[in-house]
Amino acid sequence: MTVNDDAEPLLRLRGIGKSFGPVRALNDIDLDVPAGQVTALVGDNGAGKSTMIKTISGIWEPSHGEMFWQGKPVHFHSPKEASDAGIATVYQDLALCDNLDIVQNMLLGHEVLTRAGLLNEITMEKTAKQTLADLRVTTVRNIRQPVGSLSGGQRQSVAVAKAVMLNAKLVIMDEPTAALGVSQTALILDLIGRLSARGIAVLLISHNLADVFQVADRIAVMYLGRLVVTGPKSDFTTDSAVHWITTGAGPGASPTAAQIAGA
Amino acid sequence: MTSVNQEPASQEPAELMSTPDASADLLANSMGDYLRIVGRRVRAGESGALPVVLGLVAIVIFFQVKNSLFLSAGNLVNLMAQSAFIITLGMAEIFVLLLGDIDLAAGYTAACAAVIALWMLALGDPLWVAVVVALAAAAAYGALQGIVISRLKLPSFVVTLAGQLGLSGVLLYLINATGSIGVGGVIELHNSIINDIENGQLNPTATWIVMIAIVAVAGAFMFYGDFRRRSAGLVAPPVSVTLLKVAGIVAAGIIVAAVANQNRGRLIVLEGMPWGVLVVLALLFAWTMLIGRTKFGRYVYAIGGSTEAARRAGINLVRVRTLAFMFAGLTAGITGIIYASYLGSISNGVQGGQTVLNAIAAAVIGGTSLFGGRGKMLHAVLGGLVVGVIYNGLELLGLSAAAQLMWTALVLLAAVIVDRITRRGAAGV
Repeated sequence: MTVNDDAEPLLRLRGIGKSFGPVRALNDIDLDVPAGQVTALVGDNGAGKSTMIKTISGIWEPSHGEMFWQGKPVHFHSPKEASDAGIATVYQDLALCDNLDIVQNMLLGHEVLTRAGLLNEITMEKTAKQTLADLRVTTVRNIRQPVGSLSGGQRQSVAVAKAVMLNAKLVIMDEPTAALGVSQTALILDLIGRLSARGIAVLLISHNLADVFQVADRIAVMYLGRLVVTGPKSDFTTDSAVHWITTGAGPGASPTAAQIAGA
Repeated sequence: MTSVNQEPASQEPAELMSTPDASADLLANSMGDYLRIVGRRVRAGESGALPVVLGLVAIVIFFQVKNSLFLSAGNLVNLMAQSAFIITLGMAEIFVLLLGDIDLAAGYTAACAAVIALWMLALGDPLWVAVVVALAAAAAYGALQGIVISRLKLPSFVVTLAGQLGLSGVLLYLINATGSIGVGGVIELHNSIINDIENGQLNPTATWIVMIAIVAVAGAFMFYGDFRRRSAGLVAPPVSVTLLKVAGIVAAGIIVAAVANQNRGRLIVLEGMPWGVLVVLALLFAWTMLIGRTKFGRYVYAIGGSTEAARRAGINLVRVRTLAFMFAGLTAGITGIIYASYLGSISNGVQGGQTVLNAIAAAVIGGTSLFGGRGKMLHAVLGGLVVGVIYNGLELLGLSAAAQLMWTALVLLAAVIVDRITRRGAAGV
């Protein structure tokens, strides 16, 4: 019922704040993201979820506070530094090239070359195939088909597989199911489960509480730039989560053990 | 997005129909399968090179019916020479079209490179020095355009339009500056090797040997590629499909060699394949490898597909775009030398603006997208032949220049309309 104190979490935020001029978008955030677990970050529009993931993924630096990655203090000055450290962010628009095939997309920027300096298509295809098989992404019949011909869920799977292939330790997913139908959503939730089974931490931003309760291990609720509550999923019911999201406070006595973050 | 997204999240493989533009030869298990998938792709709007090949056949039949000289060996070889520089300039454009850019200056880049080469030859410089300097100048100019476009984030249309105007001035200036060499605005070509590109030919025996070698190497390459995939445990196209493709290459090789080896001279014996065909094939091979098998090429496609995805993948956009414009400039320079060989001279009357539009038309007719991300070097060959055939055929029919231009315009328009209609069903295009 408490934050994992026995093991150092993969990512630890302490007192993180972010100001844009006079606007404090993030206020004194303390959050632990443990390895091998799915942490859902929920909150209403404007609660600061996007600001938060952009801060973690190095798009901008926090104005206050400290970030610890695998126990060591870190300062990411660019998205590249964060991704080099093992933080992969799968954005809503996915950033895939529709005209390239799945293999080409998955290895874009990390191509394997032959001794002659040409692209080693066979090694790259095997690598991509292996990663997809490990994640049991099986709805794709041919990994040499252009990404533009894939369904939304398949595209999302490719984007996640790309992150995993580059040895991401933390995968941040921004509303991965927002544009998907029922079966495709199930596909992605499955995939998220397999990521955490492989010891990868997932930070899931979602509006959809049904998804969150299905797949998350821990839930963190943001309200007006502050992290108001964080705890294991069992601390919450759908009703209490909605209460936290909409008011920033717990419904009566529940959840008692949930840690109230902030000052 | 595709319309078919309904497969359940089970372990079942996706339905074939859900992947309309998947690579057909990798999906197919047999020849029948392959043809079915190709048929489905054509209906789904992924017709590939099929429309342009059919269109080319239709145009050829039309001209042959109108004038029986059209398919004579003499005219066909003439056609190869006439198309060569349209094809190579089309290749130059494909480098930048793949990025979603355009190079309107390439025609005058070619002309200026030709002036430099011919001027230096007239001054007595060795051939290789003249060619290297001319090509280096063209490549440097291309790179300069690329730097301006990519660093300052300017639209290539405007920058290269300025380049077109500027270089047409440079062309006049250079030819004036040659003084007595360029009397009357024309620099004559006095070099038998360059002259032979468009006007010389291999002897018939050499034609057969070279053609057989090219076909054998190409076929071996394809079978070896399949073999490597299969032995690596990856899906490879069915043998029958690869055989069909190789048969196509063999047929094309035999036709070209057989036509070229007929005596087309009237007073003297004139037979054998023009050197220009070899130059075009060599360039086709080199540039296909460059954009298909290197990191640089992969990044060109990536930028054309999604600049943002390319940027997030850590690709250096400025460097790749600059390199692409450099290769466009270099290829334009090569075109200039082929063009000088065709004309036997280079003059200040070169229509660099119209030439470059023909080249862009060739690339687009061949199947390369104007919006980036889709295209192959082969498209310049197919489209260049279409443009060449139209010019050649209309000339043969004795039409006036006015009628020729208008007919060419109509054919180009028809090609784009056919392209749009056949691709209407395509996903995300």
